[in-house]
Formats: sequence, C-alpha cells, structure tokens
Amino acid sequence: MSARRKEFVLMLEGVSKTFSGFKAISNLNFYMDEGELRVIIGPNGAGKSTMLDLITGRTRPDTGKIEYGRDTDLTRLNEYQINRLGIGRKFQTPSVYIYHTVFENVLLSLKGSRGVFPSLFHRTTEEERSRIDAVLTTVGLADRAGWKAGALSHGQKQWLEIGMLIAQEPKLLLVDEPAAGMSDEETHKTGELLLSLEGKHSIVVIEHDMTFVRQIARKVTVLHQGSILCEGTVDQVQNDERVIEVYLGRKKKQEH
Amino acid sequence: MRRTSTPPEKWRDAIVVVVLLAVLPCLNAFTPEGSFLHVSNFSINLYGKYLCYAILAISVDLLWGYTGLLSLGQALFFTLGGYMMGMYLMRMIGNLGQYHQPIPDFLVFLGWSNLPAFWRPFSSFAFAVMMAFLLPGLLATSFGYLAFRSRIRGVYFSILTQALTYAACLLFFRNSLLLGGNNGFTDFKFILGYDLRAPATQRVLYLATASALALVYLGCRWLSHSKFGLVQQAIRDSENRVLFSGYAAGNYKLFVFVVASAIAALGGILYVPQVGIINPSEMAPDKSLEAVVWVAVGGRGTLFGPILGAVGVNALKSWTTRAYPDMWLLILGVLFIFVTVFMPKGMIGLPGQLRDLKRRFRPAAPPPPEVEPAAELSKIK
Repeated sequence: MSARRKEFVLMLEGVSKTFSGFKAISNLNFYMDEGELRVIIGPNGAGKSTMLDLITGRTRPDTGKIEYGRDTDLTRLNEYQINRLGIGRKFQTPSVYIYHTVFENVLLSLKGSRGVFPSLFHRTTEEERSRIDAVLTTVGLADRAGWKAGALSHGQKQWLEIGMLIAQEPKLLLVDEPAAGMSDEETHKTGELLLSLEGKHSIVVIEHDMTFVRQIARKVTVLHQGSILCEGTVDQVQNDERVIEVYLGRKKKQEH
Repeated sequence: MRRTSTPPEKWRDAIVVVVLLAVLPCLNAFTPEGSFLHVSNFSINLYGKYLCYAILAISVDLLWGYTGLLSLGQALFFTLGGYMMGMYLMRMIGNLGQYHQPIPDFLVFLGWSNLPAFWRPFSSFAFAVMMAFLLPGLLATSFGYLAFRSRIRGVYFSILTQALTYAACLLFFRNSLLLGGNNGFTDFKFILGYDLRAPATQRVLYLATASALALVYLGCRWLSHSKFGLVQQAIRDSENRVLFSGYAAGNYKLFVFVVASAIAALGGILYVPQVGIINPSEMAPDKSLEAVVWVAVGGRGTLFGPILGAVGVNALKSWTTRAYPDMWLLILGVLFIFVTVFMPKGMIGLPGQLRDLKRRFRPAAPPPPEVEPAAELSKIK
C-alpha cells in the first residue's frame, strides 16, 4: 500500500463530512496521478465543491485521510499553508481583485515570498515583469495588463483567475466550474487553455457543461451523494447504468 | 504598479502643506491683532485640534477604507495615547495645583500623600511618549492577535472593537484606577518647561501637529503603494482569494491594526496639550462612531478624504454647537445618512459624481472620448 501511495499526487481515503445532519461527503475514496487532468461531474449537491473545500483546508473532514504527494497530511493545515505546498484553487464565481490592475492581480499571485515584512519593501523586478507577461500571454490578457480587473468581462475574469493560479506555479490545480456563465466560444477557449496546462500541472476540473467535459476529459469521476459513483472515460461514464439513472438520465428526460 | 499621485493631487497636497505649515502660523504670529489677515490664537488652537482629529480619521480609514476592517473603537487608542501624555502633563504641574502638594490634586483628594509607583516614571517626557505608543500598541497586538486568529470579520469585528472601547471607558471612570476617574486630567501648566498658555507654545504644538499629519499622510501613501498595500486592499476586496494565494491574511490585518493604533495614539498625544483636558468620555463609543462619520463624509479609501472629513465635520460642529446647540446630533445623523445614500465616495468623490450628472443631463453634447476603463476606475478609487 505505502509503495503504491507514492504514485499519487492526491489521495482521499474514507473521507466523510457532515454539515448539521446532512452528509455532504460520505466515505469518499479518490486517487489522482501526477500530471493527470481529471474531470469531476455530478448533480447539484453531490459534494463537488465540498470536496475542494476539504482538500484546500477550508473545512476539515470528520473522518478520513487526505494526503498530498509523499505523505503530506492536508487535514491539519489551513488554506494558506496548503496553498504554499503547491495547491492552487479557482473559485466557482471569479474572485479577482477588482480594484487592482490585471498586472497587479498576477503580481500578487506570483510564486515567491508571502511575508508581511518582505512585502513592505518589495520592488517589482524585471524578471517578475517578464513572468507576469508570460502568464498574461498564456491566458490571452496581455493587452489588458493595465486595466482594472473590475472592468474585465466575466469570461476574462475567469481567465485572469486561472492566470493567477498559473503564476503560483502549483503542482496541483483545482478548478471549480471554469466555464460557468461563459459563451460557447469562451468555453471552448477555456478548454484549450486547460488542455495546454495538462502535463505541466496535475489538474482537477469540476464541471457541469457536458460539451466542455467532452472537450477536455481524459478520465471522468462521477460524484453522487458525497461518494464516487463511477470512474472512466466520457463514453464509459455516459453508458454506465447508474450514471444515466442519477445524472445523465435525468438530463435526457428534460431534453425530450 | 507603483501608482504615484497625479499632478493635480500633487498640487493640492503642496498647497495644503504650505497653508497648514506656513501661512496659518505666520498669519498668527506676524500680523497685528485686529488685522483682517490675523489668525487668532483661539483659531490656531482650534485648527490644531482639528488636525489631531484628522490623524485619528486617517487611522480609521487605514483599517476601514483600505483593509475592510470597520473599527468602531479607534478613539480608544487615541485616548490612551492622550492619557499617557496627560500623566506627564499632570506631573509638570508640580505643586501649583489647588492643594499645593507635589502630587496631582485628584490623588490628594483620594487621600494619597505619596505618588503611586506607576506614576513616577511619567515625570519623564520621553517615557510618557514611549508609553503613549507602547500601551495602545500592546493592546492592539493582543486584541488583534486573538480576533484575527479566530477569523473574526465584518460586523462581528466592529461590535468587538466597540465593546472593547466601552469596557475601557468604564474602567477609566473608576477612581481606583488612579487616573483621575470621570474628571480625568486637566489644569495643565507646562510642557518641557514652556508655559502651555503662551501663544508661542500653542503655535509650536500646532506646527508639530501639522507636521505629524503630513508625515502620517506620506507614510500611509507609501504603504498603500507598496506590495503590502496591494495585499491589504486585496484582503478588503477578496479575502478568500488572498488566503488561497498563500498569504496569511491575519498577519497582514494584525500589522495594519497595530500601525493604525499607533497613528491614533499619535493624534491623542498631540491633542491633550492643545485641548487641555482628557477624560474617559473621549473613549466612549460615540467618539469612535464620530470618527467613522468623518471618514465617510470625506471619502474612505483615500488618504485626503479623512483629513477633509475630520476638519469639515468638526468645523461644522463648532459652528452648529454655537449657533444651534441642540441640533448637532440631529445634523450629524442626517449628514451620515445623506452621505451614505447619495455620496458613497464622500466629498472626494463629489467632483466625479457631478461630472457624471452633467453628462447625463446634456445628451446633445458629443459623447465623451472613450476612456480606458482603468483610468475611469482609478478616479473612483
């Protein structure tokens, strides 16, 4: 077991979490390989966002193990400690600093010192500038560097936030519904962006939009009532009886 | 990323500094009384008081406008600084008090014949000033540490700061604290050997206050333009994003809280010798609330706004309490509601609001040139 464990970048074992009687996560087991791009789908209330909350230290599990890389126990750490280990998270609603410029948003996210006193005397170096430029080019916002983030469109804010994650140079990226509220074209662009990051980072994407899932997915995990219903390729998952029953089936009925 | 101030702002700041630090004191010192240019001793003293309030207002804004922490107890740190200065000034009365004893009158009244041990070092000006920063700083450190470690935010933070200042107020009302009870300290005579009632002494105190305000203003501007300032404002706008970007937001908030307490204390230190009295009512909750109103009226999230608000609202208060003594609280309340509803950016934001109005009522005019959104927003800010 311990020999196998080392292959995983992220491992959740027997994790449960109850919110005032409601079992949000129940006996969840989840394993992810280094460099993998994993898509998690599931109906509303399946526990997808709660799962990310548990990994990132926003809430603590009642029982179970959450380990990152080689035996790092995440259940005892808080949000910023977990982030410093190399786990970046994108929220469902874009959270960028609306009164800061796009440039400053990325600057604050660049990998580097996070201490109070260094920040007082910090001067932006040329090297940092070129790193910021590179990130903004990757997410297609290079010509918006001087804009206030609040002036960006919804889709651009989502990309900026993804850019802020890339700037942190995390090993593991957790992306919560990146395509929510986007046009088809923007959604497609977001998919390409995520695919371009594949291999450089391990990525978990939570998504509802099945077209988008089909675009990016290698391996899909279906979450239902706080535990894993099945795992596999998009086709395998879509043909799984149980999945059709709880999730896709319902959707199909609505369409007819 | 270093947003330096725009040219008009530089001119505005320069003019304000010249008026406060040179024009007013010179008009006070070098023009004959009765001349229409003359600034009376009374006025200089009054302006000195306003500028102390302006320092307090900046400390409120550093927390509220820049970090999103609405402190409703900032007058506590102001008053604590003032009390430490007051202890020194009480010692400087010597035996010129009513009872002609070498200890402060209220101690004689309480039956003391020797100075309590903790009073003794306050004969030293340097010690008193040190304590005036140390005590509020330590209080802010311990309160802030507990509050931010427990992630107390928003309205809960506000309520706790309010409770803190109220508790301190009740404590200072007690005679057994040996700090003058509800009368506090007054009847000061000398500071560093100079007669406090002499116009020249008051002028120097006024100059010291104006200089202190200028330094606080410059220091806070430097802070807000540093990377620290960026994090600070990021906490205000999206604390979760900051936490999930690896910043220990609590440490940043603690630092700001302690700096703000020291700034407030500085205001209090300068306030007491100019006003000549300090008592526990200065740390009553309504004093801190008033400081919040100054900031709201002047324009929060800017550094010039709090100064404008503190001076403006207090000038209005001085005038109202003479002309319509019973109306002041009503006017203050209406002012706060009006500003909150109709002028969310305060006096500082008024020119921008008027421009927008003008634009709306002149549809025939050619559309304004396409402004880059960044420029537009920076004006708001």
